[in-house]
Amino acid sequence: MSSMNNLSESGKSGMNLKETELTLGLPGEPRVGKACMKRVFSETVDLELGNSGKKDSSGSGSSMKKESATSRGKLVGWPPVRAHRKNIMTVKSGKYVKVGVDGAPYLRKVDLELYNSYEQFLSALEGLFTCFKIRTVLDEKKLMDPVNGVEYVPTYEDKDGDWMLVGDVPWKMFAESCKRVRLMTRSEAIGLAPRPETKCSSSSS
Amino acid sequence: MAYSFPEEVLEYVLSFIKTDKDRNAVSLVCKSWYEIERWCRRRVFIGNCYAVNPRIMIRRFPEIRSVEIKGKPHFADFNLVPEGWGGYFHPWVVAMARAYPMLEEIRLKRMVVSDDCLEMIAKSFKNFRVLVMSSCEGFSTDGLACIAANCRNLRELDLRESEVEDLSGHWLSHFPDTCTSLESLNIACLGSEVCFSALERLVSRCPNLRKLQLNRTVPLEKLPNLLIRAPELVEFGTGAYSAELRPELLSNLVNAFAGCKKLKALSGFWDVVPAYIPAIYPVCCGLTSLNLSYANIQSPDIIKLVSQCQNLQRLWVLDYIEDSGLDVLATCCKKLEELRVFPSDPYDVEPNVSLTEQGLVSVSEGCPKLQSVLYFCRRMSNAALFTIAKNSPNLIRFRLCIIEARAPDYLTYEPLDAGFGAIVENCRELRRLSLSGFLTDRVFEYIGKHAKKLEMLSIAFAGQGDLGLHHVLSGCDSLRKLEIRDCPFGDKALLANAAKLETMRSLWMSSCPVSYGACKLLGQKLRRVNVEVIDERGTPESRPDSCHIEKLYIYRTLSGPRVDTPDFIWTMDEEGNTPQ
Repeated sequence: MSSMNNLSESGKSGMNLKETELTLGLPGEPRVGKACMKRVFSETVDLELGNSGKKDSSGSGSSMKKESATSRGKLVGWPPVRAHRKNIMTVKSGKYVKVGVDGAPYLRKVDLELYNSYEQFLSALEGLFTCFKIRTVLDEKKLMDPVNGVEYVPTYEDKDGDWMLVGDVPWKMFAESCKRVRLMTRSEAIGLAPRPETKCSSSSS
Repeated sequence: MAYSFPEEVLEYVLSFIKTDKDRNAVSLVCKSWYEIERWCRRRVFIGNCYAVNPRIMIRRFPEIRSVEIKGKPHFADFNLVPEGWGGYFHPWVVAMARAYPMLEEIRLKRMVVSDDCLEMIAKSFKNFRVLVMSSCEGFSTDGLACIAANCRNLRELDLRESEVEDLSGHWLSHFPDTCTSLESLNIACLGSEVCFSALERLVSRCPNLRKLQLNRTVPLEKLPNLLIRAPELVEFGTGAYSAELRPELLSNLVNAFAGCKKLKALSGFWDVVPAYIPAIYPVCCGLTSLNLSYANIQSPDIIKLVSQCQNLQRLWVLDYIEDSGLDVLATCCKKLEELRVFPSDPYDVEPNVSLTEQGLVSVSEGCPKLQSVLYFCRRMSNAALFTIAKNSPNLIRFRLCIIEARAPDYLTYEPLDAGFGAIVENCRELRRLSLSGFLTDRVFEYIGKHAKKLEMLSIAFAGQGDLGLHHVLSGCDSLRKLEIRDCPFGDKALLANAAKLETMRSLWMSSCPVSYGACKLLGQKLRRVNVEVIDERGTPESRPDSCHIEKLYIYRTLSGPRVDTPDFIWTMDEEGNTPQ
């Protein structure tokens, strides 16, 4: 059955992931030490191999027309863990999302629950990727590499799998729906940030 | 000449007959026994609040002192039952306030309870003693304040996993100084800080306090003072188990725990700082129940703890325990009867801990009394299930959740039919089973053939077609509750086994290819059964009869169609008329 082949692939890719685990960090950066939680997979490297596993778990082997799925194969009420168990665990463990920058060889992870506003969040990003400075252009928060003048537009993937511009919705709404963040170079982000260039006003917030 | 047995004698004899099953049997002997029995029944259990109504209950049993009622279907725990479904306690409390002024105990599960209900309880029942609300919702701390203030002889207040609107912690201060009757207090589900001095005073003046479960906000520093005031404690739940490292706090805790000589059960343990775990070592050898399912401690610490609990009968723990910890459990805890392993990170496909099927195999090997299992893991094999079945023939509850839906045997890539088949074949006393992993209709053939004592079955993402469901409905003689989601079971099996549905408490099906037309047919065929279509897309009449419905809930009932359905539930009419 083809369904079983899909499932076997997911099992195999699960094995491969473990073998590719690396532990690197940016020079000069302290490990973000969130106590107690042992992670088999280091926070600092993501080779994006996990996607195949995720895809397989959702739709394989189903002859059914309808599945109770939300986006990207995530199933409602599965695995059957009660809400109060989920909440109690996640309250303290934070909401970690991956942050990638175009051109950087590896990603970082930040805990969105530590911040209450876009300003705080972008400052944190500035701290993580120390080559950046935050420039405020009108109301748009942008990150800029002062060395080569390249501007980065912060974008994020939301719950529905769409890539959005950071900053449009209230902070809390963003924090809840954000799954990962990517700092795109301005040229790539043409569709997302169509505002014309103006003279940069004040510096970092 | 007719010989009649004096009523008083029979009543006296009946006072020794406690269980519902026995009482029901007694009432079937003859009309006079039915009459005598119904007047002296004191306790009633209603497994589905819509199976009867208050009027029927009161008419038959006029002298009830203790009532237990369950509302929403089990799958409500996993957000499969839409908001506003029902399960309201209000009509019950209104009727009982009039009919049962001497009511002492109310136990509710998955019901909607408002503050008004709580106020009514507080004001209507002079001898009220026990309120247990398990997984309930709809009330706030204001309602609790009312209970605290007015129930003079309150013995038990247990909020077990309920969702409470937490307005403030001051409700606890409403217990009057004259209240000294409290034996059990469980507020673990509450989010906000309770007034600690009020709690301390309450604990001090209640000499019979046996069970106390605090909520997360009670700091570790406060525990010693609390514990020394409650030396009779049998069950204790901590708050957050963390504080900065201070030697005097550790020694205070050690002494405080050691002072509770009757302690048998521990729970709580949010946010654990491992350095404080040794504080409970003195009580470990007496523990029969340990709930670490909120504790973010790693395998080595769990091992140190568990290896001292030789008398442990029940362990709830996160998968941080890992296979290595379960090996130790198997070696040290020979009296273990119940094991629940919860996932620390349920939504990540990749494992974050080294917990596999092997851990469960070890426990089944080492713990001969193992009866009840709930196990979340990321891989399973038929071979492992064979071994577990062979080692644990006395299993009563077996709930296995392989996190990835439809995951096959990770060694052979085959379905897990044979493994689960071995479970039902060997475990003759099995009453509850939850399936997961890749399963064909075969597994249902085995279940129908062997699981003769099975009362509750949960199925998800399994089977190939109607035949699977048919095996279950036609074969499982003792089946009472069946809940199914995302399986290719449809009209044929349901219609062919309609009569079976009259012998069960309830059937839940969601995301299965059951057509509206079949539901209407079932509604016509079945007497004294409610066939409820749940569909949030608007009336099923607006779509063809062949269209699949979203969710289906079928249950036997004496009180006819519900009168409190929300606008997304349609009850199929017995006449085959268009439902309103």
